[in-house]
Amino acid sequence: MVDALHALAWAPFEQFGFMRRALAGSLALAVSCGPLGVFLVLRRLSLMGDALSHAILPGVAAGFLFAGLSVGAMTLGGVATGLAVALLAGGVARATPLHEDASFAAFYLIALALGVLLVSLRGSSVDVLHVLFGTVLGLDDAALRLVAGVSAATLLALAAGYRLLVAECLDPGFLRSVGGPGTLAHLGLLALSVLNLVAGFQVLGTMMAVGIMMLPAASVRFWVRTLDRQLALSSLLGAASCYAGLLFSYHLNVPASPAIILCAGAVYAASLLCGPRGGLLARRFSRPAAAILQGDVK
Amino acid sequence: MILSLFSHLSRRGVRLRSAARPARPPARMSAAAAWAAAVLAAALPAWPGAAGAAEPARLPVVASFSILADMARQIGGDAVDVHALVGPDGDAHVYEPTPADARRLAQARVLVVNGLDFESWLGRLREASGFAGQVVVASQGVAPRAFTGTEEGDGHGHGGDHDGDDHDHDHDHDHDHDHDHDHGDEHGHDHGHHHHGSADPHAWQDLRNGILYARNIAEGLAQADPARADAYRARAEDYVQRMRALDTRLRERFGALPAERRRLVTSHDAFGYFGAAYGVQVIAVAGLSTEAEPSAADLARVVQVVRRDKVPAVFLENITSPRLVEQIARETGAKVGGTLYSDALSPSGGPAATYLDMFEWNAKQLLDALQP
Repeated sequence: MVDALHALAWAPFEQFGFMRRALAGSLALAVSCGPLGVFLVLRRLSLMGDALSHAILPGVAAGFLFAGLSVGAMTLGGVATGLAVALLAGGVARATPLHEDASFAAFYLIALALGVLLVSLRGSSVDVLHVLFGTVLGLDDAALRLVAGVSAATLLALAAGYRLLVAECLDPGFLRSVGGPGTLAHLGLLALSVLNLVAGFQVLGTMMAVGIMMLPAASVRFWVRTLDRQLALSSLLGAASCYAGLLFSYHLNVPASPAIILCAGAVYAASLLCGPRGGLLARRFSRPAAAILQGDVK
Repeated sequence: MILSLFSHLSRRGVRLRSAARPARPPARMSAAAAWAAAVLAAALPAWPGAAGAAEPARLPVVASFSILADMARQIGGDAVDVHALVGPDGDAHVYEPTPADARRLAQARVLVVNGLDFESWLGRLREASGFAGQVVVASQGVAPRAFTGTEEGDGHGHGGDHDGDDHDHDHDHDHDHDHDHDHGDEHGHDHGHHHHGSADPHAWQDLRNGILYARNIAEGLAQADPARADAYRARAEDYVQRMRALDTRLRERFGALPAERRRLVTSHDAFGYFGAAYGVQVIAVAGLSTEAEPSAADLARVVQVVRRDKVPAVFLENITSPRLVEQIARETGAKVGGTLYSDALSPSGGPAATYLDMFEWNAKQLLDALQP
């Protein structure tokens, strides 16, 4: 029994270095992406992650064109264009009547087109895209260092700016009225998102990285109420999804990145249904009780 | 959003790209071309040599990818003008044709394709371009290798405890997907190798198939351009002689390798014909197409085989990402034996700029790394 469990749940990591690397890289990513996602959800920027993930594409492509498959060059490029899009979109939103979501959409689409163009410049082919999309099974030392570094830096930054971020997310008007640096908090949040997505595309590929950021974040509010618990739980759920996804990929012979995100998706679906705080089942069964209570009061 | 969505989809075999592309060249472009042609026509009589050049123009030929283009050039010589749709180092499994491709194809008189469902994107381009010339299916007459997963069909000892009991594997698996039944393995694999059809398209990796390719191409050129038919056939025969000589030499060289070192570990399954021809056992992480993303199980299977059989070297491919093969090297201590050219040639000036150079280069990489 214990042997079977060991063979199922741990032996793959014991036998294969690439499984350990995949686990380490994806766990590091999940731990920092979850809390970031919770803040984005609070700030109603859930779709921003998706936009930013495409904003980094031209930079990554340019990095690849200049320096080949170098983690450093691609990261630098990705961070540069990601931040540029975030800043430009934010700036336009503040300087003109255009809302931030609209200007974000405009800039990220421009960036996306530029990225596709750059990718196609290298000869004919889509093969650059294959190189650009990371695979969790192919993590090398440089990629692992990058992900671990970004994860640690993100957690430190979130801890340092915690009160500021909470104020900015929950009551930006108040923060501004007391002269708090709301813009700084907002930009900091976007910058951290860019950084995590750039690290995440090494591990999971761009779209999948957004998944590990947003799915756990969307799940946690069905379970716990306070922000600190939500932050911790989002890391935990993300990490569990990575672990389970890698095992699925190993035992069922399916690609790893989609398996991880589908696990996170399953967690979300379960939360949606069974979560005690606003989950569909909880609502269904608590409503009659509430009605009776109300009736009693009358 | 859109990009990564369809990049992921297209790796899974759903093709959205070409549908979204305008297939006709922009009108302004053709106006410019017409204008240029008019200017050229006006200028031509003044050109001293032009009036005397009664020689018919070069035969415009389009080939789907670089290897076929090189063959057509070798056979056509100066008489043909060959363009490859997917150029050097490009991946012809997935390709997004451009309007310029459609224009080239519309003007071509011969189209050389591999066949065996290799260029799945080509049918739509052909229709859109209105190509009305001769289509040469280069692989015609080749005995297709059925797709049976990878040749190393039995590397499924997941627990690591199968290491001793599955050494009866040096036969070709002609049966479909039933090679893991005898291991008492609880994981029901169905080998999610996403491939184009049931036949392996990489037939050019056997020089004797290359000979068939050359003759097919020569016949196609001869039919499209009967005036020079004899010249095409003569050049093709000369080319075939060179292929034969290389084939014989490689058979000797690989035959001299100890059997247990004749292993080719690489990223996608492009060397099946090569392996069958030269007695090399091929072990690939991903399936026949570069589109599929391998699973952890795929990678684990290859790692285990490399460890168990102490395979000395693993090989990169010019058209796929080196990450997975490097991971296998890290994991097993096998060295990275060099880059093989599987589905595309190198740019001119590179080590594998022609089909024959590619063969020599690949063989040298393999022999150097696998020699005891």
